[in-house]
Amino acid sequence: MFYREAGDFKTSYSADSQTFPIAFDRYRYWVVLAVAYCVVPFIINDYWLNAVLLPFLIYAVAAIGLNILTGYCGQVSLGTGGFMAVGAYACYKMMTSFPDLNIMIVILLSGLITAAVGFLFGLPSLRIKGFYLAVATLAAQFFLVWLFNKVPWFYNYSASGQINAPEREIFGLVITGAQSVPWAVYLSVLSVVILLALLARNLTRGNLGRQWMAIRDMDIAAEIIGVNPLKAKLSAFAISSFYVGVSGAMFFVFYLGAVEVGEVFGIQKSFIVLFMVIIGGLGSIFGSFAGAAFMVLMPVLLKNVMVGQFGWPTDLAAHFEFVIVGLLIVVFLILEPHGLAQLWRLAKEKLRLWPFPH
Amino acid sequence: MKFTKLAAAAVAATMAASPVLADLVFPSLSYRTGPYAAGGIPFADGYADYFTLINERDGGIGGVKTRVLECETGYNTEKGVECYEATKGEGALVYQPLSTGITYQLIPKASADGIPVHSMGYGRTSAANGKVFEWIFNYPANYWTGASSVINHLLDINDGDISGKKVALVYHNSAYGKEPIRTLEELSKKHGFGLTTLAVDHPGQEQKSQWLQIRREKPDYVVLWGWGVMNQVAIQEATNIRFPMENMIGIWWSGAEIDVLPAGDKAHNYKAMALTNVGNDYPIYSDIQKHVVDTGKAAGAGDQLGTVPYNRGLYAAMLAHQAVLKAQEIHEVADITPAMMRDGMEALEMTEEVMAAAGMPNFGPSFKVSCENHGGPGLASVVQWDATAKVWNNISAYREADMDLINGLIEEDSKAYADENNITERCN
Repeated sequence: MFYREAGDFKTSYSADSQTFPIAFDRYRYWVVLAVAYCVVPFIINDYWLNAVLLPFLIYAVAAIGLNILTGYCGQVSLGTGGFMAVGAYACYKMMTSFPDLNIMIVILLSGLITAAVGFLFGLPSLRIKGFYLAVATLAAQFFLVWLFNKVPWFYNYSASGQINAPEREIFGLVITGAQSVPWAVYLSVLSVVILLALLARNLTRGNLGRQWMAIRDMDIAAEIIGVNPLKAKLSAFAISSFYVGVSGAMFFVFYLGAVEVGEVFGIQKSFIVLFMVIIGGLGSIFGSFAGAAFMVLMPVLLKNVMVGQFGWPTDLAAHFEFVIVGLLIVVFLILEPHGLAQLWRLAKEKLRLWPFPH
Repeated sequence: MKFTKLAAAAVAATMAASPVLADLVFPSLSYRTGPYAAGGIPFADGYADYFTLINERDGGIGGVKTRVLECETGYNTEKGVECYEATKGEGALVYQPLSTGITYQLIPKASADGIPVHSMGYGRTSAANGKVFEWIFNYPANYWTGASSVINHLLDINDGDISGKKVALVYHNSAYGKEPIRTLEELSKKHGFGLTTLAVDHPGQEQKSQWLQIRREKPDYVVLWGWGVMNQVAIQEATNIRFPMENMIGIWWSGAEIDVLPAGDKAHNYKAMALTNVGNDYPIYSDIQKHVVDTGKAAGAGDQLGTVPYNRGLYAAMLAHQAVLKAQEIHEVADITPAMMRDGMEALEMTEEVMAAAGMPNFGPSFKVSCENHGGPGLASVVQWDATAKVWNNISAYREADMDLINGLIEEDSKAYADENNITERCN
């Protein structure tokens, strides 16, 4: 009825190829943005920020990054945790070496450094693919974590091997460290996330994104029609690592504040981000957000319901959490192998016909 | 998006449901799941049982009931942050996270929020300097005094000379395990022993290569700095290469019954440091049996009474209890705030009489906390495992660590923290 293309006339090519061709989607998008920018900052508190919104937004960036590589370009990577560690440690080294540099610039530069590292570890992808590439990236994961544990220069020779985020300001508002203002942190992270998501969305719709998808669907055919696999694969590795690096830097400075590489950026981080991408939907920016929301919010929600509402013992609740989240993942993948993004697509198809099903 | 809404509803409901009562809240960031649960469960049980006992027997502290707010962290820092944010709004008086990683998270956050943290025998060692760390306490001992106590014990059994001996440190590759390395390096220079460090990655089930190296290098002593499942594996591996158990010494986190039992008789004579006395031969145990266990109010499965980590949980809770009493005395109010709690912790004085009155005579060392010194005197004793009787035996009195050397290191490290965070020194 209200959700349809009919009657929404496009008069230019750019209008015709916009992200949300349906008017209702556009309004919904602006409403979500308006709520995120104008309502949430006024009601946010420490719990919502640190337990829900920050992990959701930051994991979403990592998921977009991995989605570019795995979902769009078809290169399986298990090195996400290691690349996040590169972002975090690059950020720490720059924050302590150049204290006057604006934190947003530091985060951007950390992303670029991670892109360079990702580029290096992407080189084997030119010769190997599939499971073999997954193992090569797994090596990156273990090597990078080992490196940050082994070389004291990376953690400024501190006795414990921990890195701690110093206090930094933006527009006179403290956004890192313990004294940070919750809404300012939230708005900073949200802005970075939205900018990166817009960039990713447009990259994947353009020339480069089409090259990646051609490589993913059949690399030999892509090469024959003129896609350069070297350029496509390495750009996917570099851009994906940039996103993952930015998310690692934000994970360190905004979310945790103190990081121990083995515990925070271990192999389980790579798997969590990979699960997000698979559950959310491979090759979909919306799917990255949906997957991050599922993996971050579900445990918090279950914990609050089981311990807070029912008063169950915490260990029972923790075990149930594993069971329920695991079960949901299996059920989701059986019922909808293409992830939450596909559910969303189907819902939209249904909505187009509603209320007349034929 | 619908999950967000559900989560919002759930959180809102949780917050609306929690009653606003005058009570003393002690959050317990416990871990009853995961590879570190072997140590986390008994500690959390001891902590909870002590406060249940106080409520049942004494009707609370100074007439105000206590409430233990348990939150499962799984020894994971991200969940630790979530637990901290979820519990701090309920009037939490003191945090005891039993995890060095989570303590590092909480140091800046709790300092900003004005809630004390007591990391008893773990956490950031330089927090012992109260001039810099206003809200953080780690009495009665810390990692560096622990490392020094181990070396002191080696000096004792070698008539004061260990030059030329080889010591290997097998440590958990995290902030927890790395903390003692600096101290051991300094001590090795001072006493002239050789030091080899061998890292074991989380969670510590895979240690074959480390023990192969020990077998090849044949160190005279092995110091174990492990936690959770890593301890059991290390002791098992040590028995596999027939390393003499009396030459293997664990820190106090590597000296529980559960760590040595899997190796059976072969673990006989394994040594460990101890923060508190061992066993259950204390008046408080009969009270716990009567008021907590027999009334069915025991935390967890109720099968951990008398174990080393359970005793440590009791001890941590007892120190918090004494600090509350002190705070109530100073401020003359029963329902104290976290800031008053901090004053109480800073004025804490543990003597033999206080411990005896709490039903735990000779349970821990006597010590005094002050504005400058949040770390206590660094006293620890040595215990040895008797595999036939399945008990720990105390083999030394509480002995002081090499405080001249450690105070210098603490001064240096805390000064670096103060400079990084623009903290001006207090207590002047």
